[in-house]
Amino acid sequence: MSSISIDTIKNDPQFQELVSKRSRFAWTLTAAILIIYFGFIFVIAFVPKVLAIPLGTGIVATVGIPVGLGVIVSAFVLTGIYVARANTEFDAITQQIVERVK
Amino acid sequence: MRGTRTISAAIAVAALPAFASLAHAAGAIEGGGKQALNLPAVIMFFAFVAMTLVITYWAARRTRSAADFYAAGGGITAGQNGLAIAGDYMSAASFLGISGLVFASGFDGLIYSVGWLVGWPVILFLIAERLRNLGKYTFADVVSFRLEQTQIRSLSALGTLTVVAFYLIAQMVGAGKLIELLFGLPYLYAVIVVGALMIIYVAFGGMVATTWVQIIKACLLLGGATFMALMVLITFGFSPEALFKKAVETHPRGISIMGPGNLVSDPVSAVSLGLALMFGTAGLPHILMRFFTVSDAKAARKSVFYATGFIGYFYILTFIIGFGAITFLMNDPSFYKVGADGAYNKVTALLGGTNMAAIHLSNAVGGSLFLGFISAVAFATILAVVAGLTLAGASAVSHDLYASVIAKGRVSEDREVQVSKISAVVIGIVAIILGYIFENQNVAFMVGLAFAVAASCNFPVLLMSILWKGTTTRGVLFGGFLGLVSSVAMVVLSPAVWVKTFGFATAPFPYDNPALFSMAIAFGGIWLFSKLDSSNRAQIDRAAFEQQFIRSETGIGSHKAVAH
Repeated sequence: MSSISIDTIKNDPQFQELVSKRSRFAWTLTAAILIIYFGFIFVIAFVPKVLAIPLGTGIVATVGIPVGLGVIVSAFVLTGIYVARANTEFDAITQQIVERVK
Repeated sequence: MRGTRTISAAIAVAALPAFASLAHAAGAIEGGGKQALNLPAVIMFFAFVAMTLVITYWAARRTRSAADFYAAGGGITAGQNGLAIAGDYMSAASFLGISGLVFASGFDGLIYSVGWLVGWPVILFLIAERLRNLGKYTFADVVSFRLEQTQIRSLSALGTLTVVAFYLIAQMVGAGKLIELLFGLPYLYAVIVVGALMIIYVAFGGMVATTWVQIIKACLLLGGATFMALMVLITFGFSPEALFKKAVETHPRGISIMGPGNLVSDPVSAVSLGLALMFGTAGLPHILMRFFTVSDAKAARKSVFYATGFIGYFYILTFIIGFGAITFLMNDPSFYKVGADGAYNKVTALLGGTNMAAIHLSNAVGGSLFLGFISAVAFATILAVVAGLTLAGASAVSHDLYASVIAKGRVSEDREVQVSKISAVVIGIVAIILGYIFENQNVAFMVGLAFAVAASCNFPVLLMSILWKGTTTRGVLFGGFLGLVSSVAMVVLSPAVWVKTFGFATAPFPYDNPALFSMAIAFGGIWLFSKLDSSNRAQIDRAAFEQQFIRSETGIGSHKAVAH
């Protein structure tokens, strides 16, 4: 990559838009999974009894079961959300930027 | 009978709030008594080996260039790579270990499953596509993209080989024990068979063979686990509540298995464990290598999505399998070492230890033929994982140490691949010897150590070099080395190793998991020494960030797939 195309890309408003959009999106999702996971861990560390509450009278299943499964499912859903946007919107912008410097 | 030496995994797992003690190690499978030769298992295992050898032969014919050898020519699809990543992750140990943990303590097993899974979204959001855009064959390619080659590659290779060594020893010892138990094959023969096969896969078939072995195994394991979970659910009319109710009635700990137990006791341990589970994954060299086997960033992203789905699904299955094992096994004395008075401990007296819960369940739900299948799959699983580790180690030796550090880049592609193959043979032989030496040692802590080093050296070094402009060669070198040394030191001085393995009275470091501290040391070290760095090299490092940034964001100039 020559120094000319570095400057071209760096100053390309679409590149700046791509970088800011994508990094905001990626960090938001990162924060989401960290909050979900460490929220779960902190409940286990500080108030484990909450997760041992039965889902209803006479029911054996506890709050912890749907919560734990929910964390697993949320990890999958969040990756899906990221991939859906990155593989369409972000890749389309990237493609345009790449085409211009060719 | 080796049954005299039954340090039950249940005790190790339930008593320690420790990652290091976790049954994720295949090493936690203890010799619970050698079994008679299991013929269906042996036949199915030989069928698997025959199939993988055919694949290796086919892969060897396709493997012509270095790109083929290290990265399967970039020709793996996103779906295949997702399965292969999931396969690397679904080790025999995580299959047997987590289901065993659920069997022993119920809900607590879920804490570990969740921790191992949530690393994947972070890898996707922050690392995956940048890794693909910047790297070629090893993660050291990425770290040394704009930093000084010789020093950075030496550090990365050290981090890789440390992780590979500890992980490999734990897997080899676990493999030997498991095979001895399942197939009735003597320990030494078992270790030699595993070592020889992994050498053949890697040295002849490179990444193509290693990937396909992993994919086939992942399919077999997912299929087998699905069948077991289905059989359990059918028994309870697809009502989880009925399953839980029966489990609570059966388990000696009763209703307490439905909530968090004593696995995670204090906040520091909880967070430290969480960090190690989450970020250890992001620093495992054999997993990071998989991102170079796909064609581009788009495929890299998709493969993480698929892998997260497969792994999440698999962990839900292990949860059902663990609860199923409670209901199917605990009232049946034939699965236990029964005392003279007919009494037995429903958790710890399980034949072969709690990690064998899934294996015994396969017998209970599917008979001896299905037991044979699951045993063969467990063996295949170990083989596939050790092959991946061997390839990662061999690549670090040939691509990073030999080609860049020793030969300074003046080396032909053929020669580099040749060195890699020789390294694979050497690593395999060393692994066999170490597996033999460590036969009677408690190696469970070694997987914890591998994860701690991965989270505290490889991951910080990788993340900082990709994301922070100010990162310099000296910063990475000092910070990464401090992370490596501190994580190893803290694990060695921890209760799990210092007291339980070496037998000292008190541990100098109070926590079993160092990640919270060693990761802080690594990140802090990289930041501090980069800030203080006013050398000429630091100027070059910082100036080159812009070019790296553009390539990491757009993929312009990245290595393309090799057409065949």
